[in-house]
Amino acid sequence: MRWFRWIMLALAAALFGLFAYQLTQPKDEFVHSAMIGETIPAFDLPPAVPDRPGLSSVHLADGQAKLLNVFASWCVPCAAEAPNLARLEAAGANIVAVAIRDRPEDVARFLEAYGNPFSRIGKDDISAVQLSIGSSGVPETFVIDGAGIIRYQHLGDIRDSDVSVLLAELREAGA
Amino acid sequence: MIAELGLAALWIAAALAGLQLFAGIWGLREGGSRMASLVRPAAIVQALLCALAFGVLLLLFIRTDLSVALVAKNSHSAKPMIFKLSGTWGNHEGSMLLWVSVMALAGGLIAFLERRLPERTMIATLTAQAFVGLGFYGFLLLSSNPFERLSPTPAEGMGLNPLLQDVGLAMHPPTLYVGYVGLSVAFSFAVGALLTRQVNPDFAKVMRPWVLGAWIFLTLGLTAGSYWAYYELGWGGWWFWDPVENAALMPWLAATALLHSASVLASRDALRAWTIMLGVIAFSMSMLGTFLVRSGILTSVHAFAVDPERGTFILALLVLNVGGALLLFALRAGTISEGQRFSVLSREGALVVNNVALSAILGIVLLGTLYPLLTEAFDVKVSVGPPYFNPVGAIFFLPMLVVLAIGPLLRWRRDRFERIQGPVVAIAVVGLAVLAGVFFIAGIALLPLLGMALAAAVAVASFMPLRGRSLRRLPLPVWGMVVAHFGVAVALFGMAADTAFQQERLVAAQVGDTVEDGPWRVTLNSVEPVAGPNWTALEATLSASYKGGEPRVVRPQARSFWTPPQETSEAALLTRWNGQLYAVIGGEAEGGRWQLRLWWKPFVTWIWYGGVLIAFGGLLALIGRLAGDLRRRSAKEQIAVRRGTAAP
Repeated sequence: MRWFRWIMLALAAALFGLFAYQLTQPKDEFVHSAMIGETIPAFDLPPAVPDRPGLSSVHLADGQAKLLNVFASWCVPCAAEAPNLARLEAAGANIVAVAIRDRPEDVARFLEAYGNPFSRIGKDDISAVQLSIGSSGVPETFVIDGAGIIRYQHLGDIRDSDVSVLLAELREAGA
Repeated sequence: MIAELGLAALWIAAALAGLQLFAGIWGLREGGSRMASLVRPAAIVQALLCALAFGVLLLLFIRTDLSVALVAKNSHSAKPMIFKLSGTWGNHEGSMLLWVSVMALAGGLIAFLERRLPERTMIATLTAQAFVGLGFYGFLLLSSNPFERLSPTPAEGMGLNPLLQDVGLAMHPPTLYVGYVGLSVAFSFAVGALLTRQVNPDFAKVMRPWVLGAWIFLTLGLTAGSYWAYYELGWGGWWFWDPVENAALMPWLAATALLHSASVLASRDALRAWTIMLGVIAFSMSMLGTFLVRSGILTSVHAFAVDPERGTFILALLVLNVGGALLLFALRAGTISEGQRFSVLSREGALVVNNVALSAILGIVLLGTLYPLLTEAFDVKVSVGPPYFNPVGAIFFLPMLVVLAIGPLLRWRRDRFERIQGPVVAIAVVGLAVLAGVFFIAGIALLPLLGMALAAAVAVASFMPLRGRSLRRLPLPVWGMVVAHFGVAVALFGMAADTAFQQERLVAAQVGDTVEDGPWRVTLNSVEPVAGPNWTALEATLSASYKGGEPRVVRPQARSFWTPPQETSEAALLTRWNGQLYAVIGGEAEGGRWQLRLWWKPFVTWIWYGGVLIAFGGLLALIGRLAGDLRRRSAKEQIAVRRGTAAP
């Protein structure tokens, strides 16, 4: 049993080493989509507001690369990223959106206050589409190429520095 | 000024811990007995100062003194008083102060009360306690000062996380902490005994009530925590194998093993080195748990304020304390003689099996908890959950239950199987009958089936030690064992029954709809807004009738707190002796419908009744031991008086 005591000590030392290593590693808290590189699952969402059409997977495979923004009127960072979505739209991006668990009048009020850069807005009351494309929160923005394949995922609100990254990804996807 | 008083008390207490450490080290050397006489007073005064510091923080929270950063961050003037109080420990800094205070109080108590061991061993023990304590004082004062001021004083506080605003959780951390930190005494005793090479039955007898006390609190803390998660999170589960739950379970497993091996050492002078090692391991698991929870190194549903700097600090303490103690053990364990021998078929033999099984389960839980961390180092993300813990743990848990049923029937040292044949056959018949009965009637999954059969067998077996003994003259610790083992059976039955027979319904119901869930018929009568002191809610009124009986009304709520803004669901529970109806109201679905989630959970409450019984058994044993110690002490004094010498 003599060796057993030294094994305990060695195991403890190995454990401490692992802890020390992991403490120095930056923690990636984001949940990345497993759907990147995959074709977007089939869906068909009704319009979220009267003045924009709804969104279905067919629209995302019409040959033109697009940005797909997942947002909600009750989400504060979604309001924060609105100016940058407007800049993306001004730069020629076609942006479509999915409104998560939202009431039409709230979405309309939100778009009135912060601008409406979206060509289509689907109404996703049970987060079905959001979950099927591997998004775990709002806001998130996806780059979808013309064949409906998910190319890139941006987690969280779009900061000023993210605009050029998203435009580059969009160009790469064939826009 | 009052916050500064608390801070000053804490600094002086830390200085006294330093004094205790140096006086102790000095005192352990040749001719250092004058320095050694400082150790006990230092420990006692330190305990009083820590109690003062904790009292000051409580007072600051009661007054909602927003000029203190911690209060401003975690409290709010509109909060009910009980949650102002529980806000004291519902945060990182306050809970670390609680940790240090409990540790100082435990050290002060042993310094004040314990005189049975050789003084050198006591000095070594208190020195070890001071060493561990000093590290945590440093952590508290240098990186987690609870008394820090905030300037300018804000007009209002930020409030306490709503999930924590709950009576169950007001009590859960203090009980768990007393248990966690109480184990530090076992750790210090083990180190003290190793340093002075005094590992003998006396050492185990002195250590045992401390382990028992800490273990009672750990048991209650785990039970309360499990019940809190069950009804507050609104997920209907009572154990999630979450890293933080495991962090609390691991010290309990080690303490349970330690409790049993200390009994062997106390009664039979066997398992010396093993008991020492468990003493070191048990508190190491407490510290490991604290590290995992506070460093944020693992992702958990328990979102504590995490900070890598704090993680580094605790890791350093972990290396010093655990690494040091294990090194000392590796160096010294060879000098501990093996102790008395015993045959495999004996009470000691059964307790060794129990110890090995508990340690194996501890290893399994530890591996499962840390495995994601290990693979992450190689860029592989995995999550380990019930499909690993349940079946792999069961490999050791189920045989352990068999031994738990039979072990108490065996005699110490050596026994013959023929002697206990009768009761063993009776227990086996009960177990197999339940196994066959449940299998043919219900046809449930393997693990709950075995769980039910073993629950029945253990329930019967737990009362077997009472056979042929005068119930009135039976020592209290034996009663404690009977009650605790019966509690294991009760809890196990609850777990197995809930797993096997739970019935869940998720519906979108309109007002006036009736939903059936198992034997229940539940009608949604209305959904109305209600308001509380710091929240508003949508409250559903449900009338539920069990098997067509008189309907009873329950009101689950979907609450929105505004400081800080957060949604919680307040489940409504209807408790019967044979289970609970668990109702959760969700958001509004389309067309005026409401998401309604119902669970019928047969015998689920037995899990917590079992937990309370286990703790109560521990309490009986503790009272029995303490009463026995007092009797022996007064008898010794009488003898000493008769001999004409002074009482020791």
